[in-house]
Amino acid sequence: MSDLRELYQQVILDHNKNPRNFHELPEATKKVEGYNPLCGDHYTIYLDVDGETIRDVGFTGSGCAISKSSASVMTQTIKGKSKEEAERLFQVFHKLVTGEPGDTSTVELGRLAAFSGVSEFPARVKCATLAWHTMRGALEGKEVISTE
Amino acid sequence: MPEATVARTAHPDPSLTLGMTATYDVERIRRDFPILSRSVHGKPLVYLDNAATTQKPNAVIDRIVRYYREENANVHRGVHYLSEIATSAYENVRTTVKKTINARSEKEIVFNGGTTEGINLIAYAWGRKNVAAGDEIIISAIEHHSDIVPWQMLCQATGATLRIIPVSDEGELLLDDYAKLLSPRTKLVAVGHASNALGTINPVKKIAEMAHAYGAIVVIDGAQGIPHLRIDVQDIGCDFYTFSAHKVYGPTGSGVLYGKEALLEAMPPYEGGGDMILSVSFEKTTYNALPYKFEAGTPDIAGVIAMGAALEYVASIGVENIAAHEHDLLLYATKRLQEIDQLRIIGTAAHKAAVISFVLEGVHPHDIGTILDQEGIAIRTGHHCAQPLMLRYNIPATGRASFAMYNTREEVDALVAGIGKVLEVFG
Repeated sequence: MSDLRELYQQVILDHNKNPRNFHELPEATKKVEGYNPLCGDHYTIYLDVDGETIRDVGFTGSGCAISKSSASVMTQTIKGKSKEEAERLFQVFHKLVTGEPGDTSTVELGRLAAFSGVSEFPARVKCATLAWHTMRGALEGKEVISTE
Repeated sequence: MPEATVARTAHPDPSLTLGMTATYDVERIRRDFPILSRSVHGKPLVYLDNAATTQKPNAVIDRIVRYYREENANVHRGVHYLSEIATSAYENVRTTVKKTINARSEKEIVFNGGTTEGINLIAYAWGRKNVAAGDEIIISAIEHHSDIVPWQMLCQATGATLRIIPVSDEGELLLDDYAKLLSPRTKLVAVGHASNALGTINPVKKIAEMAHAYGAIVVIDGAQGIPHLRIDVQDIGCDFYTFSAHKVYGPTGSGVLYGKEALLEAMPPYEGGGDMILSVSFEKTTYNALPYKFEAGTPDIAGVIAMGAALEYVASIGVENIAAHEHDLLLYATKRLQEIDQLRIIGTAAHKAAVISFVLEGVHPHDIGTILDQEGIAIRTGHHCAQPLMLRYNIPATGRASFAMYNTREEVDALVAGIGKVLEVFG
């Protein structure tokens, strides 16, 4: 059970049950669908971008606990940040869940640290990164993001 | 035959072939499957993903090894000793398959890569010749993607229309609606023998009869039929039947397309190349006779020979005995799983193969799969290559436990305990 508790940390279970920013964003300037055709996870990410700043973020959709909590934590993490900072956080998060050595301290990771256990479950990396890839695609002007 | 000897010596105990469930020795069978003794994440492997692929007995593994160590040569080509041995072993499997599915002739048995390739072959070689704009093709709402997409492609290429037999909440095809779909426009009806996602065993004989009344041909996707049922293509009356060796304890990469001789005879080849020709000049090529016309190129010789070993192995235990054992597991697992309040079984047809799809309230199937995996339990989670079906039941995915000849009630108990752990984590 210890590995499982590492994966399904309280933060993840909490965000799965009560996802934050889990709604459409009427004033969104960017709206992108992200889905994983293999497992059926499907989300829409809404971004309200003002110049270089991500003013607000929302998301809707359904999927597993890892993908949903990751989307929820991501919205909290990037809200109010610059596009450049969001890209940096994507890189930090990606390294964390793929088990690549990163130079970010646990304190700096904040809520994202809850996903450290994912690296032990290679099959679940795509779940954890789905919302992040979708957000990144939105910033790049794409309309649909698909991961496998 | 050499492969028959392997299969027989694997079960010298004649009680196994008595045809009585009481003598079904599952522990003895388990010893024939080396992978079943391994552990996963420190727990004994509980393999319940048999609808995806089955494990392989020593009779199959050893047959592949023996072929490559002692018999490897190309078939139908050489006059040398090894080529004759390989050709003979390969061709003998045609007879094994013919007997297994009760075909009329070896000419009706085409070897290929598996069910998907078989369906595509029909869609191209029969479909492009016989289907035109205004015609209709009927499939069912519970088909695997491999029995949907080739027909969609055929419709797109010809201007024909795809019609869908609807399914009840329990997972049974609605035959009254099917009757209304049939018309002189119907050229082909394709259904699975058993559903990989729900377990439903379709009334294929009835479906074939109804289609034939309108002159339509009938294709049965037998991927989930062959592991669980005695197959009699003449009794079913189907025009084509396809299956994959790996779903019935054989290797991946080989499979069978059965087709009625007259239909296969009238069809153009699917792929061109060596072995499917009688003579080639740059002006004119004469195609080979059945079934070689549809076997271009060097086939998966080892795969076909090992498929023969798998079918012999199944026959040595008796498909009825296997079916009875699996049915017992299905009933037991259904009862045990229904005791879990948060669990709902998707697919409760009266006539089912040993496949149980389920959803857990508040827990996504993907998470169930990961947690069970930590307990050494392998199930499939996802849409099972049947996305239209998931849409029909308004669920994104399910967890699926599918049973085989070597599973036990203790493994069902392990599954139930594992789901208990899932509920504990998500509690």
